Amino acid sequence: MKKRSLFSTIVALSALGVLLTGCGSSSSKSSKSTSADSNVKITAVGSTALQPLVEQAASDYQKANKKVNISVQGGGSGTGLSQVQEGAVTIGNSDIFAEQQAGIKAKKLVDHQVAVVGMTPVVNKGVGIKNLSMAQLKGIFTGKIKNWKEVGGKDQKINVVNRVQGSGTRATFEGAVLEGAKAIKTQEQDSNGTVQKIVASTPGTISYLAFSYVNSKIQAPSINHVAPTDQNVENNKWKIWSYEHMYTKGQPNAAAKKFLNYMDSSKVQDSLVQKLGYISIHDMKVQKNASGAVTTK
Amino acid sequence: MDEIKQELQSSSRATHQDYFGKALSYLCITFVGLLVLSILYFITTRGLATFTENHVSLWKFLIEKNWNPGVLDSHGQPQIGALPMIVTSFSVTVLSALVATPFALGVALFMTEIAPKRGTKVLQPVIELLVGIPSVVYGFIGLSVIVPLIRHTFGGTGFGILAGVVVLFVMVLPTITSLSIDSIKAVPMYYRSASLALGATRWQTIYKVVLRAATPGIMTAIIFGMARAFGEALAVQMVIGNAVLMPHGLLTPSSTLTSQLTTGIGNTTMGTLPNNALWSLALILLLMSLVFNILVRFIGKRGSLKK
Repeated sequence: MKKRSLFSTIVALSALGVLLTGCGSSSSKSSKSTSADSNVKITAVGSTALQPLVEQAASDYQKANKKVNISVQGGGSGTGLSQVQEGAVTIGNSDIFAEQQAGIKAKKLVDHQVAVVGMTPVVNKGVGIKNLSMAQLKGIFTGKIKNWKEVGGKDQKINVVNRVQGSGTRATFEGAVLEGAKAIKTQEQDSNGTVQKIVASTPGTISYLAFSYVNSKIQAPSINHVAPTDQNVENNKWKIWSYEHMYTKGQPNAAAKKFLNYMDSSKVQDSLVQKLGYISIHDMKVQKNASGAVTTK
Repeated sequence: MDEIKQELQSSSRATHQDYFGKALSYLCITFVGLLVLSILYFITTRGLATFTENHVSLWKFLIEKNWNPGVLDSHGQPQIGALPMIVTSFSVTVLSALVATPFALGVALFMTEIAPKRGTKVLQPVIELLVGIPSVVYGFIGLSVIVPLIRHTFGGTGFGILAGVVVLFVMVLPTITSLSIDSIKAVPMYYRSASLALGATRWQTIYKVVLRAATPGIMTAIIFGMARAFGEALAVQMVIGNAVLMPHGLLTPSSTLTSQLTTGIGNTTMGTLPNNALWSLALILLLMSLVFNILVRFIGKRGSLKK
């Protein structure tokens, strides 16, 4: 009996303690927040391709702005767009324009473009080609070309690895290469890392990756003799690229706006963006709109 | 006098405790019940939206082979034929259970009949370890070891049902083993004694008496293993290749219901057809796990040991 009452006393005391500390901290917080500008939480959810950049930028930003709490999560571009549309998150990260995603009312969202990502076809090192024409690339991904010898390589069956339907990378690649044609039914993978591994280890394989995922174990052929480099993306000689978007529902609130401004500042654009393998939005000499039309800046 | 009367007529402290305990457990039951009901309701309404809101015929969903929910075909109909995924899911499930069962039974018999002390000491931790390894690790091992191995041995890309079966084999093995051990242990000792007294060898006793008596329990174990294999998503997704094609053999890339769900769900928007179609796949998974559960109950009732 004694034990029981002791136990319940402890429970009651700890509950009281939680209540008291809860009250205490919240009151101290509110008194502080009146003196400082804000104590806010920003959530950015969506594209896994953009996630590393936002994560790194957010952690740098929070060091300078202790009052701001930014949480960055993945989940995919589709998730990012639908969550920001519902108002569940502050910022929705996406590889594609909101206009390109079914079920998203793009007019309600405000686009903030923070970086550019170039994408390139990648092949297994053993296929024996250095260059492909755009038409050949289209032939491979629609299933018309089935053997590497048809495009000047070895006599080896072509194994196409696609990205999952609805992924931002696939939307960008198909927009630039297939021009509305239907892709061959084949293997689909949903992460850059897996694609990199499969292309490196499976003979005859072709797929596509963001520039930052190309390493020495795989080969990125040139297209129409244009090499996949940042410079060629900046002047649109290399056609396969997309913006990284951070969408807000309507105009962002003060705290989010400050963070978005930070993303656009030269501090992020000139060092972090390049360090993590993206292309700075400031370096672009051309502009692309949601329907894919490119104009010079 | 009044004091005694009052004490007798009012409820005691123990009675209050009783009420309190009862209320507490009812509260928990209601909570869990509501949770299950809301999950069922959510998946069912979402899963049926494909057929009620988007007017896709259920029959087409179940027997057509084209899966391309974002694109309309030449008749303006969305292409959502889930047959390839249903077939693949069942193939990997049945095959992995078939391959795993003999091994599981061997281990179970070793641990219960042949060398109970030594076997339990060594194998019990091994089995528990196998259960504890996260599925993404199995998937990664599958991707870096099994897939290249299959490619070198049989040709092709290495991705496909066979790779899925190999990975799932390791994953369902502990489930089937530990449940089989329980059912073999539940066979009464006097069955064995009687058999041995009649002059049967140990193997004859195991084969003709113990295994026969434990059959319903072993069947249950296999079905639980199959349920695990059917629901496994991540590890399978990494090695199966994720091509929504009718499997032409064990070596061509294919896609299961779960792997399609995990790859697709982040890239679709709530309320659109591609998203609803994925929920319909989830509904199939839910119904199948229900079927597995009913099977287990059925076997448990019909085959329980009569003493």
